[in-house]
Amino acid sequence: MAKEPKRAPRPGLVLDVDRSTPPILFHHGEGFRLEKLPAGRSRVIYAAEPLPGIPDPDGAIREALANPIGESEPLHALLTPGMKLTIAFDDISLPLPQMTKPDVRQRIIEAVLDLAAEAGVDDVHLIAALALHRRMTEAELRHAVGDRVYDAFAPQGCLYNHDAEDPDGMVIIGQTPHDEDVQMNKRAAESDLIVYVNINLVSMDGGWKSTATGLSGYQALKHHHNPATMKASKSFMIKEDSELHHSNWRQGKVLKESGIKVFQIETTINNNTFGDNGPMSVLQKREWEWTGRDRASFMAMNTGLKAMSARAKRTAFQSWKAPYELTSVQAGEVEAVHEVTTANTLKQHLVPVEGQTDILTMGLPYICPYNVNSIMNPILVMCLGLGYFFNMYRNKPLVREGGVLIMSHPTPWEFHPVHHPSYIDFFEQVLTETHDPVEMSEKYEKQYAEDEWYRHLYRTSYAYHGVHPFYMWYWGSHALEHLGQVIIVGGDTRAVQRLGFRPASTLQDALEMASDTVGPQASITHYHNPPILMADVT
Amino acid sequence: MAALSDLLSKAADVKLPRLKKPLAKLPFPLRAPSTPLTVEPLPPVRKTGADFDTEWARSGPARAAREILTTTMMEPIVQFLASPSRQGLDRLEGHEGPMIFAANHHSHIDTPVMITSIPEPWRSKLVVGAAADYFFNSRIKGSLAALTIAAFPIERTKVGRKSADLAAELLEDGWSLLIFPEGGRSPDGWGQAFRGGAAYLAHRCDVPVVPVHIEGTARILRKGRALPKPSSTKITFGAPLTIHEGERSAAFAERIEHEVAVLADEVSTDWWSARKRAHAGTTPSLSGPQAGVWRRVWALDDRGSRGSRKSWPNTN
Repeated sequence: MAKEPKRAPRPGLVLDVDRSTPPILFHHGEGFRLEKLPAGRSRVIYAAEPLPGIPDPDGAIREALANPIGESEPLHALLTPGMKLTIAFDDISLPLPQMTKPDVRQRIIEAVLDLAAEAGVDDVHLIAALALHRRMTEAELRHAVGDRVYDAFAPQGCLYNHDAEDPDGMVIIGQTPHDEDVQMNKRAAESDLIVYVNINLVSMDGGWKSTATGLSGYQALKHHHNPATMKASKSFMIKEDSELHHSNWRQGKVLKESGIKVFQIETTINNNTFGDNGPMSVLQKREWEWTGRDRASFMAMNTGLKAMSARAKRTAFQSWKAPYELTSVQAGEVEAVHEVTTANTLKQHLVPVEGQTDILTMGLPYICPYNVNSIMNPILVMCLGLGYFFNMYRNKPLVREGGVLIMSHPTPWEFHPVHHPSYIDFFEQVLTETHDPVEMSEKYEKQYAEDEWYRHLYRTSYAYHGVHPFYMWYWGSHALEHLGQVIIVGGDTRAVQRLGFRPASTLQDALEMASDTVGPQASITHYHNPPILMADVT
Repeated sequence: MAALSDLLSKAADVKLPRLKKPLAKLPFPLRAPSTPLTVEPLPPVRKTGADFDTEWARSGPARAAREILTTTMMEPIVQFLASPSRQGLDRLEGHEGPMIFAANHHSHIDTPVMITSIPEPWRSKLVVGAAADYFFNSRIKGSLAALTIAAFPIERTKVGRKSADLAAELLEDGWSLLIFPEGGRSPDGWGQAFRGGAAYLAHRCDVPVVPVHIEGTARILRKGRALPKPSSTKITFGAPLTIHEGERSAAFAERIEHEVAVLADEVSTDWWSARKRAHAGTTPSLSGPQAGVWRRVWALDDRGSRGSRKSWPNTN
C-alpha cells in the first residue's frame, strides 16, 4: 500500500550541547550507552535523514543500462552471441548491515542477464569480487544475487567466489608507471566484457576500486594497501585526497589500456539503516525526539540484551537487514559513472562542520565490513574506529592533530576461528611486539601473506586472507599518526591495552584521562554514527 | 448535611500528588527527553482522528488475532443478542475481488452483525469505515476499533481527501469495505439520506457495491441506549451494483439507497411485492414520512417491527 507522503528529509545537524540536551546515544557493539556530554563545550553531529528512494528501481536500472554515462555504448549493444561475459559484484562487505531483499545486486544482475539472454549470450560467469576477503557462503550469495540467479548459475559452477590465490586463475596485466603490478582474475581478464555491479555505501567504494581491487590479489593490492599509502590518504573517503585511490586509478588505467572492457554499474543507497518504524528505528532518531514508544522499545531492547549471551546478541544483531533504498543508479564508463556516484553518495552523507575538536567521541556499532555474520574482534574495533569512522571527513579530520579519540565498544578478546584465523596470530604475535604499521609491515607482512595454511583456509574455508589483519591495522595508520591518545570506554581492559590504547570504564573517566593530553576544558565532538554521515570540516 | 458539605469542601482542598513531578526526577529514557535550547522541536504529530494509524491492524498477526476474536467472542455475542437471519447471500455467488458493502445503520451492533454475516472470501479481508471523530478520538478506543473490527477512520466532520485516499488504497490492495453511507446511526429509527462516499469509491476504484439492509438492530441497542436488549434481526444482501457508463457518483449513491430501500421493502413484505413496487417507483423511502416526530414514530411501528405491539408511553 502506498505510504503517506513524508515530510522532506532534514539535512544533517551539528548540535551544541546545553543543559537541556538529553543523554546522547552511543553505540556500544551489540549494545548501547546513553552518555551525558558536558554542556557548553560539546557538540553532536547527526546524520541527514534518509533521502527518498527511487520509486521504480527496476525501471531506473533498465534506463541506466540503456543510457550509459561516458564513452560507452548501451549494454544491449555490447552483448553479442558467442561472447564471453563476466558479471562481477561487490561481496558481503557491502552494504552494512546487509539490506532487505531484494538486494540491489539481484535487481541489477537480473536486468543484465535479461539483456544477455535476449542477445543470445551463453558463456556467462558471475564472480563475487571479494579480493582477499573471506568467501561468501551459499546463503550469503543467495541473498546478494537472489535464488533465481543462484539456481541458474551456481550448480553449473558459473557463479562463484573470486580466488586471488588460485595459481591458474590469476593473471598479471601489466605495471603502472609507479611500478605497481596490476593483477586480475583470469576469467574476468579474458572476457569480452566485464559488467561490474556495485553498491556504494560510502564514497570510498566504486570506481576502479571495484575491478582493480575486487578482482585482484596480493601481488597488486600490496602496492596500495600499505602504511605509506594509507598515511598519505587524507582521507581515503575522498578520491582526490586519497593516495589509495590514486594508486587504484593508475591500475585501472593499465586495465583499460590493456583492452579489458568494463561496463560499470554503480548504485547509491540512502542511510535508512534502522527503518522508520520497528524496534530499531529509535537508533536513527535524535534523542530529544524519542517518543514514549521509542523510549519503551529502547529500554525493552536494552533489558533484553542484558539478559542475552554474547552469541545470542550477535545472532540477533546480525540478522537485522537494513531497509536501504536505491537513490541512484548509473552505468557505463568507469570514471564517468563514478563521478556521478560519488556526488550522489556525498549528497546523503555530508554534514558541514565548523572547525576541529580536541576530543572526538564515537560509539562503535556491532558491525564493520569484515565481521558480517561474524565477531568484531579487537583488531576490527581498531579498524572501524581509526580506519573508517576517523576517516569519514572531507578537508580535515574532525579532531585536531594531537587530539584524543574516545571510542565506546566492549572490545571482547574474542575471534571467529573460521573467519579470522590469521587475526588470532597477529594479535598474539605482532601486537605484543609492535603497534607501528611500518615496523610490522617490514617484519611480518610477507610471512603472513604467504603462509600456506592461511592460504589454504582462504581458498577452501571461509577465512580472510593471511595478510588481512595487517591491512586492518594499516587502515588506521593515518589516525595513529594524527592522534595524541586513543581511549576505549567499556572495553576488555587487556584487549584494549594489547591494541596500545587506554581503557576507561566510563565516559567521564575517559574525558578525565583525555584532559592529560588536551587540557581540562577541551572541546568535544560526538560523531553520531550510524546512520552513516561524513563531516565536511571547514 | 452541613457536616457532609464541610467534609466535601475539605476533601476538595486536599492536594493530590502530581504524577509529573516524580516522573521528572527519573533519568532519561524513563522520562521524556528535554529539547536542546538551540533546536526547534518537531511539530506535534496528531495521532488521533483521521490521522490515526491503523496499518498495523491489517498485518498478519492482527488479522489472525481478529479472526480468533471474531469466532470466539463476536459470533456468540451476536448470536445471543441479534439471532441474525441472513438472506440473499446467494446473490454474491460467482463474484470475486474486493467489494463495498453498503448498509443502513441503526445501532452499534450493526458492525459486528455485518462482520459475522459477510461471507468468505470477503470477510477475512474486510475493513470498516468508522467515524474518525467518534471511534478514533482516543488512542485506546481507536486501537480497540482497529484491532477488533478492522476499523479505519472516516472523516465526517470536515472535507478531506485523506479518508477517501486511504479507503481507495485499501480497495486497490484487495480489501473489501464495510461502510454505512448514512454517516451515523439513525436518531429515530428511520433511515437518513445516503452520502456519496460508497458511490465515489466504487467509481474511483471500479469495484461493485453490495447493498445490504439490516432490520431489527435498533431494538437491540438504538442510539441513546446504553445496555443492549436481545432481539431478532434480518440481514438481507442485494445483488452487487456496478456504476453504469456515464453515471455520476451522486446518481449512483441514490441508486444504492434505492436498492437498500427495496431490500427493506422485501423484508417487510415479500420479494414479489417489493419488486413490483420497485418497478412502479413506489418503494417506500428509508427515511419515512415527512411529518412530525410522533407520526414518524407511529409509522415506524407499522413498518419496522411487524408483530410488535404498539404501546402507550408509560406515564407512571
